[in-house]
Amino acid sequence: MTDPVLELTGISKSFGPVQANKDISLRVMPGTIHGIIGENGAGKSTLMSILYGFYHADSGTIRVKGREVQIADSQAAIAAGIGMVFQHFKLVENFTVLENIVLGAEDSALLRPSLARARTELRALSDDYGLSVDPDAVVEDIGVGMQQRVEILKALYRRAEILILDEPTGVLTPAEADQLFRILDRLRAEGKTVILITHKLREIMDITDTVSVMRRGEMVASVTTADTSPEALAELMVGRKVLLHVDKAPATPGALVLEVEDLRVTDAKGVLRLKGVSLTVRAGEILGIAGVAGNGQSELLEVLGGMRAGTGRVRMDGQGIDLTGKHSDGRTRRARGIGHVPEDRQREGLIMEFFAWENVAFGYHHAPAYNRGPLMDQAALRSDTAAKMTRFDVRPSNPWLTARNFSGGNQQKIVVAREIERNPRLLLVGQPTRGVDIGAIEFIHKQLIALRDAGAAILLVSVELDEIMALSDRIAVMFDGQIMGERLPGQTTVQELGLMMAGMAGKAA
Amino acid sequence: MDFLTFVQILDAALRFATPLLLACLAGLFSERAGIFDIGLEGKMLVAAFLAAAVAATSGSVWVGLLAGIAGSLVLALVHGLAAITFRGNQLISGVAVNFFASGITVVVAQSWFAQGGGTPQLSGAARFPPIIWPGALTKIRELREADPLTQIYSELVSGHAVIVYAALLLVPLSWWVLYRTRFGLRLRAVGENPAAVDTAGISVVRLRFAAVLIAGVLCGIAGAYLSTALQAGFSKEMTAGRGYIALAALIFAKWRPWHALWACLLFGFLQALALRPDVLQDLIGVKVQGQLLDALPYILTVIILAGFVGRAIPPRAGGEPYVKER
Amino acid sequence: MDKMPKWADVALLPLISLLLAGAISALVLLATGQNPLTALGVMIDGALGSTRGWGYTLYYATNFIFTGLAVSVAFHARLFNIGGEGQALLGGVGVALACLLIPWPHWTIAMLGAIAASALFGAAWALIPAWLQAKRGSHIVITTIMFNFIAGALLNYLLVERMKPAGIMEPASANFPPATHLPNFADMLAPFGIPFSPQAPANVAFLLALLAAFLVWVLIWRTRLGYEIRAFGFSETGARYAGISGTRIILIAMVISGALAGMMSVNNVMGEAERLVLNSAEGAGFIGIAVALMGRNHPVGVVLAALLFGFLYQGGAQLSFQLQIPTEMVTIIQALVILFTGALDQMIRAPLERAFQSRRKARA
Repeated sequence: MTDPVLELTGISKSFGPVQANKDISLRVMPGTIHGIIGENGAGKSTLMSILYGFYHADSGTIRVKGREVQIADSQAAIAAGIGMVFQHFKLVENFTVLENIVLGAEDSALLRPSLARARTELRALSDDYGLSVDPDAVVEDIGVGMQQRVEILKALYRRAEILILDEPTGVLTPAEADQLFRILDRLRAEGKTVILITHKLREIMDITDTVSVMRRGEMVASVTTADTSPEALAELMVGRKVLLHVDKAPATPGALVLEVEDLRVTDAKGVLRLKGVSLTVRAGEILGIAGVAGNGQSELLEVLGGMRAGTGRVRMDGQGIDLTGKHSDGRTRRARGIGHVPEDRQREGLIMEFFAWENVAFGYHHAPAYNRGPLMDQAALRSDTAAKMTRFDVRPSNPWLTARNFSGGNQQKIVVAREIERNPRLLLVGQPTRGVDIGAIEFIHKQLIALRDAGAAILLVSVELDEIMALSDRIAVMFDGQIMGERLPGQTTVQELGLMMAGMAGKAA
Repeated sequence: MDFLTFVQILDAALRFATPLLLACLAGLFSERAGIFDIGLEGKMLVAAFLAAAVAATSGSVWVGLLAGIAGSLVLALVHGLAAITFRGNQLISGVAVNFFASGITVVVAQSWFAQGGGTPQLSGAARFPPIIWPGALTKIRELREADPLTQIYSELVSGHAVIVYAALLLVPLSWWVLYRTRFGLRLRAVGENPAAVDTAGISVVRLRFAAVLIAGVLCGIAGAYLSTALQAGFSKEMTAGRGYIALAALIFAKWRPWHALWACLLFGFLQALALRPDVLQDLIGVKVQGQLLDALPYILTVIILAGFVGRAIPPRAGGEPYVKER
Repeated sequence: MDKMPKWADVALLPLISLLLAGAISALVLLATGQNPLTALGVMIDGALGSTRGWGYTLYYATNFIFTGLAVSVAFHARLFNIGGEGQALLGGVGVALACLLIPWPHWTIAMLGAIAASALFGAAWALIPAWLQAKRGSHIVITTIMFNFIAGALLNYLLVERMKPAGIMEPASANFPPATHLPNFADMLAPFGIPFSPQAPANVAFLLALLAAFLVWVLIWRTRLGYEIRAFGFSETGARYAGISGTRIILIAMVISGALAGMMSVNNVMGEAERLVLNSAEGAGFIGIAVALMGRNHPVGVVLAALLFGFLYQGGAQLSFQLQIPTEMVTIIQALVILFTGALDQMIRAPLERAFQSRRKARA
């Protein structure tokens, strides 16, 4: 039996009160592809950042090829033979491929000999691993798949023995992903060790030799891939959480409120984020969108909330909604009766420097009730805030505190109170309980159900599967900018949804 | 207009372009590394004063030059401290540097020389003398009768202070450093994407400080040139906005060394023309307001900035303090 | 939790910055062979020891209130308007045109006309960089710097070629007609029997500045527009969520900023010089940066900081008069205030926050 090429023992890391990694141990054998899988926030990225010298572990040891190493910075990681391909590439976009590869690994003060050697070596690497790239192409002119190859080549050029890839297929087309896997196969054949961080079960099953599962900062299992199944992994990943129980009567769906057809969104980099999404939400029902973060849910909420433009058709109560962004924004959406509890309350839903009473008007600051003539009616706002704080049990119930001074749960309650109490026809809700304490979760869930029972249509996006299961009347699963399918909560399982979220079609609907 | 007048205007243009070019290259190094520098003006001003003051006191222009560079470096360090170490606002820091320079030069000059915020007139070894090339004519009467080639050789090529030639040589040198050395590659990279440099195991802070200090040295030379070569001594506010014109030239040149040379020569030419409105009127037949010539560098820069004539894209990480994150 | 109490943020931090700036300035004075305490005494006596001194102090402060408000309104939208100087110069052109072209019957109406003209010209000069920023992405700091120089050249051209009366060498406009002369403090206080130096330039525009400060306060903290400006300044994504248009906020904030800078001319051009001269703003546009930073972008802070700088300017003039210390000494203080409150904020803030947090821990 050979020795592990990488061995972590007892790695822990906290950010303030949050423990991102708890006593993590991991052994990776040379010449293998090792998968690390887990939900968002499970601590995968933190662990890898420790390996690459971005963070320092609070405790624990790292051994590479049996030797204990201290990884103080990226340079030390490179010296230890670790290479990293970040989810967001670290390339200089207006440099050529060759320049990017040489940067930081030059032979001497003059560039020409370094570049010449790199060119030769690049050719050799390309031949060895099937990684062909044009060394003189400028990075911003080549596709994402190519850019990723450049990142891999950068690591190989620095003699990396262990290559870590963080969610490498997130930005790739299926064809590009297949090419990447062929490259990884080749790397393994040549004796390199690959660590693949992903949330996609199909990738784990297809390519890895061994797999570790992380959940809530802990390493819950390390198994040989051949000995496990996607179902088993999905269960490990999601855990046997105590299912949240929310008292709710069966929904009595009414008229169609929201109709979305073939909705597409392209981001600033020209990547298609929503690839033709169609869905409907009726009055008096909650449609839950399940999915791992980054599969287009954010874009869906943003385009419906008027924060970004898209194409396709969206109707609200049968009336079309402008998606170009030219004739509409968050304000006109609100005027149509669309409330929006955004995914990121700190960057979107609240102004952290504003007092609670100022935040209660946020987005509704034109409302007649909040204004008196040309001025904002601060007295009315403050009394409204105080009333909302009582009704929603916001603590401390002081309208004069800035948003920053409330805990996550109380910040969220302010946002939820603001949006729900406008009695929206349609409420868009993103991650309503992210970073929120148990008591507040229960409270917010009850409020959402009450709003549903009052006849509002609710579109709920959450990466917390049990939240989706507990609240939704119907569940749609999003993966890679598309709806994978719809299920009824009573007729599906967490396991099935987990498979769909990981891009594998569930049982035939 | 006779040919000699034209050559003389070009000669003046070259002399006016020299401090612009040095400051422009200073800004180029700094901004290519991602540190905005609107403090070029202040660094030049302090250098101009110290160079003249120390040259006047020591009698040696070279000692003066060193003092000027040292003064400029101190301000560069302050800017680096604010912009890099404490991740402060680079623009506000630059504004502070400029004000500090315009205040401190006058206060110290007054206490040192008591000549209304200036230094004594410099002469002899306290100034950079013109270098007369072999065979160049120096007498205006001989020049007038010489053939055009001799006129160009004697008036435009010969007869400048050593800094003028040095500044011209700095253009290919800067190009070479930026595009042909390891340091240049890293410098350009840190201005575009410091995360790429950081993950490659190179210190962002050290690189950026190096760039800011290079800018300090170049601004020091530019300032020294003003007070010990172009003029004979320091006078209050003698930079007269040249730091900002250099900034304009930098944008005009889209942060590239050779283009910086052409931009500075153009702006130097405009300054030279502004001194000879008669010539310009003869040339194009219409009276052009001197004020328009004064404003032209700025107007051209705004047009470039607005992207109406080719877009000027600054280094992408410019002005942003680097904070490590995944 | 906030890392330190609000009072420390709004009062202690600027105060420490001011003390640091003062200490370094004192060192400069010592190095030039002057006694800093004597100098301070001369400044206090010269700026506050007589109604003439007060008159100058308040006159300067009036300029700085306008330019400080201008910078701070733009700052609330996270726009750094370095163009206050150029906007003030253009405002001066507006005032001069209004005073010279229209036969005003009385100074009160003339003042209203001049306010409108100066605000209009200043706003227009700020609108171009604002539009370029909002629509073309041109960096507003660079464009406003460029517009300062363009304004200088434009003013030079107008004075030399267009507005200079025949037969006069100096590049300046004609003197404004007497009906446009604003009452100074001596005129204003005489009905109350309070004697005030008639030579002092402080005039009714000081009240206008205070009114402007009040209106800016109303705008920023009481109106929907101010609410939107602040929201946009704190978080662009938040603004997008709330349906606040960034383009609109950039344009409006800069127009208001430019108008305020332009209105400074009611004080210096109409109230004091009573004609338009070259470089009429005399750097007040730049001092607005220090005033806004020091005043923490709040009108009350801006007024206080403007008074401080008014004191420094008048005191600085006395320094040069009595001790032959150049007035540029004030520029040094101004630079240091900008440096410490603006660029080196973290250097002072971080240790202060640590101190407050360890004290909080010790109490808990």
